[in-house]
Amino acid sequence: MRDAAWGTPTCMTHPPRTMTDTLKSLSTTLAAGKASSVELCQDYLARIQTHNPGLNAFISVDADKTLAEARAADAQRAEGRGGVLTGVPIAHKDIFCAEGWLTTCGSRILSNFVSPYDAHVIEQFKAAGMPCLGKTNMDEFAMGSSNETSFYGPVRNPWDIERVPGGSSGGSAACVAARLAPAATGTDTGGSIRQPAALCGITGLKPTYGVVSRYGMIAFASSLDQAGPMAQTAEDCGLLLNVMAGFDTRDSTSLERPKEDYTRSLNQPLAGLKIGLPREFFGPGLVGDTAKAVEDAIAQLRKLGAQTVEVGLPNSKLSVAAYYVLAPAEASSNLSRFDGVRYGYRTPEYGDLTDMYEKTRAEGFGSEVKRRIMIGAYVLSHGYYDAYYIQAQKLRRLIANDFAAAFQQCDVILSPTAPTTAFKLGEKTADPVEMYLSDIYTIAVNLAGLPGMSLPCGFDARGLPIGLQLIGNYFDEARILGVAHQYQLAADWHARAPTL
Amino acid sequence: MSLSAEDVKRIAKLARIRVNEAEVAAYQAQLNGIFGLIEEMQAVDTNGIEPMSHAQDLFQRLRADVVSEPDRRAAFQAVAPQTENGLYLVPKVIE
Repeated sequence: MRDAAWGTPTCMTHPPRTMTDTLKSLSTTLAAGKASSVELCQDYLARIQTHNPGLNAFISVDADKTLAEARAADAQRAEGRGGVLTGVPIAHKDIFCAEGWLTTCGSRILSNFVSPYDAHVIEQFKAAGMPCLGKTNMDEFAMGSSNETSFYGPVRNPWDIERVPGGSSGGSAACVAARLAPAATGTDTGGSIRQPAALCGITGLKPTYGVVSRYGMIAFASSLDQAGPMAQTAEDCGLLLNVMAGFDTRDSTSLERPKEDYTRSLNQPLAGLKIGLPREFFGPGLVGDTAKAVEDAIAQLRKLGAQTVEVGLPNSKLSVAAYYVLAPAEASSNLSRFDGVRYGYRTPEYGDLTDMYEKTRAEGFGSEVKRRIMIGAYVLSHGYYDAYYIQAQKLRRLIANDFAAAFQQCDVILSPTAPTTAFKLGEKTADPVEMYLSDIYTIAVNLAGLPGMSLPCGFDARGLPIGLQLIGNYFDEARILGVAHQYQLAADWHARAPTL
Repeated sequence: MSLSAEDVKRIAKLARIRVNEAEVAAYQAQLNGIFGLIEEMQAVDTNGIEPMSHAQDLFQRLRADVVSEPDRRAAFQAVAPQTENGLYLVPKVIE
């Protein structure tokens, strides 16, 4: 952890909380005057100080900043100006520019970058009065599925510190699972909210592309990147999306839509709901405890009144291949801005301008980021553009068409989130292709631009969490959150926390 | 398809990333593995399919031609590696 500036020691003037509180219950605690935001933040900061050295979930923590925001939130509540989440703290993935905070995106090339401005998402949380507990660790430029590509070292899974938390939002997932923060922001380009949520046993939502502004969110693959909430429950994710979502002219792909309440369907019974089960996601790749847990979840949802129907997503098997053309192509373009001229790291010794660019980027980027930039440069280069880039965009259309056809037959689609539970640190780092296959169930959702979420649905024999994915039609976030909430009223997997 | 060591050097040059000989060999093996995965795409007949660049049908919004941002040059240049008199400094490009 870097740049830690601890404030005054924690002073417990109130009964210690269990630290399993949801946002909903913390909101009630604050509204009833049973604790102040300053006290809540001190509790979480103390927990971070104790447990983060073992987990490495945070890149930056600054208690003085957090507590200043907490005092302002307490003043707001005292004046009766507070909203439902005013004073409740949250951690932010280090991909979001936050004014005055070191904002690294997990990379050496931004290791000295203190952002001069706030991302739209950060502005929204500030306006809601939610203090920032710190910036969470992540795969470098969000490229990874295990949090092992971070310049700041891997995050450890709080359920087993020899295992990965998933990625790229690994720090956000681990800190919520370990109850070092009641919630966190994440971003999802190919599964980076849902896969770590699954591997850490929390709930996370990737909204429909365009619902949350990308302004100030460091770009990886612009046509796929989308920010979303990570918390203990679907209800909390709905409350957070109410804060995050909104039209923003500074993101040219931000959608201008009427404001909606994403918690409006939480209490909708599941009777009559049609759940689509894609036969391609229940094939031979799905085995063991994950298969069993997902089957049990389906049985539970049927008991709650839902019906299931088999659907087909025949082109989804091509989603990983198409993704590893499109995402690197967009990344190679986006990451050309990191050249040692306007911000970030510059190599100490150089000759001419090209020498400066090449050394700065060679030293500033890690090997996974370099691999993806090179793939992108290649597939966009003269003579290969049609064979790779255009072909991948055509497959993207076929994949999106599959979902459109499936949603003619069902209201939501259900699948596992990840093919396995958390794997060991170092287990998949030698072979990039094996790592990429961690996202086989999540990537198609990004290509189509649909909303998707992961929620806990059980544990394997080693005691590692298993995630269930729910996919909605465009702008159907409220519905999938409602299905997840009804499940969470009947099952308690989401309420289990690791012993630290 | 298989990338040669020369291909890897050419791509690295395009991407403005310095690579040494040892790295070229490692990248060659890894990139060929990734292209092996990508090659699956070529088996699909996509004749007549419209390429999809984006999830939503969007049009380019235009804004009024008025000043909308304050001058924050000093704050933005404070994070630059090297500046002078409001300019970013780089090695000489034109003699």
